[in-house]
Amino acid sequence: MTSGGRRPSIVLIAVASVAVLFFAVPLAGLARRAAWGSLADDLTSSEAMEAMRLSLVCSTSAAALSIAFGLPLAWLLARVEFPGRSLVRGLVLLPLVLPPVVGGVALLSAFSRRGLVGSHLYDWFGLQLTFSTTGTILAETFVALPFFVVTVEAGLRSMDRRYEEAASSLGARPFTVFRRVTLPLILPTVVAGTVLSWARALGEFGATITFAGNIAGRTQTLPLAVYLELESRPDVAVALSLVLLAVSLVVIVGLRERWLGAS
Amino acid sequence: MNARNHRETRGDRSGRKTSVATLVLALGLVAMLLAGCSKDSDGGAAPATTAASSSAPLSGKITVSAAASLTEVFTGIRDRFVTMHPDVKIDLNFGSSGALAAQIEGGAPADVVAFANTDSMDRLSSAHLLDGSPTVFARNRLVIVTKPGNPHKVKGLADLADLDFVALCVDTAPCGQYAEQALGDAHIELSTDRIHRGDDVRATLAAVSQGDADAGIVYATDAVVAGDQVDTVEIPEADNVIADYPIAVVKGTSHRDVARDFVKFVQSDAGDIVLQKAGFVLP
Repeated sequence: MTSGGRRPSIVLIAVASVAVLFFAVPLAGLARRAAWGSLADDLTSSEAMEAMRLSLVCSTSAAALSIAFGLPLAWLLARVEFPGRSLVRGLVLLPLVLPPVVGGVALLSAFSRRGLVGSHLYDWFGLQLTFSTTGTILAETFVALPFFVVTVEAGLRSMDRRYEEAASSLGARPFTVFRRVTLPLILPTVVAGTVLSWARALGEFGATITFAGNIAGRTQTLPLAVYLELESRPDVAVALSLVLLAVSLVVIVGLRERWLGAS
Repeated sequence: MNARNHRETRGDRSGRKTSVATLVLALGLVAMLLAGCSKDSDGGAAPATTAASSSAPLSGKITVSAAASLTEVFTGIRDRFVTMHPDVKIDLNFGSSGALAAQIEGGAPADVVAFANTDSMDRLSSAHLLDGSPTVFARNRLVIVTKPGNPHKVKGLADLADLDFVALCVDTAPCGQYAEQALGDAHIELSTDRIHRGDDVRATLAAVSQGDADAGIVYATDAVVAGDQVDTVEIPEADNVIADYPIAVVKGTSHRDVARDFVKFVQSDAGDIVLQKAGFVLP
């Protein structure tokens, strides 16, 4: 009987191992392909440095915007019943499933110089979002914000609300309750949501190249540089990929620790 | 195989564990799938070999990797070729010639290659990746495209220096190399933070027709494709660069007869009509 119980687990392990290999082999291939000897030179080339700097600036800004706009939005979605709430939630989650290129085209039709809003921004203020670092941040926020909202909304829903009720029954104003009670309680999910949205922004490609364009030093972020260097200098492309890989791995492992610690 | 499956299932009924039955069933399914696949590929390969050895009609599936600027003409030529040879299937793979050459160097399967420059073809040729030598089947020239109505009154290459954003191809794509050459010959320098780099000529064109680039340098044939979404400004012959389009069969193709016939067809009268209609110049 015991051996019978173990049999499916061997199958299970075999299938699961295939899945693990499916992820591990491409990474091993990347590591094997890397020109480790010239890695330092490849990463310190001016184009690579410029792309890394730009990626850092843009993804951090996108994460900050995600917090600024995502926190109130997540709170509304989790706590307030309002007509069309599920529609709003669907709208916010759309960039999660939308191909980023489509997101880029949509952003173009809204914020380009001839776009719905962009034409007014340009005519009235001379503001052009396309082909600018601001445009890159906008494109990255578009795809990153949903990750923050989803994570934090889940945190708000699963927290014990009795502390909030106790605080308001003792006379605390709603904002004080949020700042002194709610926020400390959901802090781990806020951190998780921030890191997730930051990592998503770091890897953004489709919406960025479509909307913000590909201008070295201005909108050419790490993923764009990887894609374009692949033809001219594959060693640099692989080196930059390794940077993205290492950063992502650190983020994911770090997050897992955080969640384990929280639970 | 079916009979064996039945026997195993019956064995399970006589007291074996259900997990074993599931495993056997799953393995059986996989085996059947594999058998189905190999039968399929046999069926695909068999007529091809007969076609090669006799005058039987052409059949088989080939992949043609072609420069992005050939998108419409090669789709048109493919459709005509396939109408003549109903048993032939042709997959088209478009991109910048530099990227396509890199794909083939990396082992991607392609049976015919058609590029927008001879450099990328020479790279494949010197790496012994071609079957025979390439031939030039078409020529193209550069033009400047602007927003409809040409709001910045661009008259020539020199005016590009005054614009906010100019779209050029990446320097690994032939259209990028030709544009650099034309700008260099005319001693015009654009600042890099005003250049948007499209990864092939169609991406460059889209930056002007869909995006916010004020102007771009593309092939004359692409300006035709964009229609009234852009205005075209000609570059005088003395400042222009002529692009040669070579075509060749890739070494190791599984359907050499089909590949060779397609290359011949592109250079036939039928192919020439399609190319000329699109604005290409014949060599």
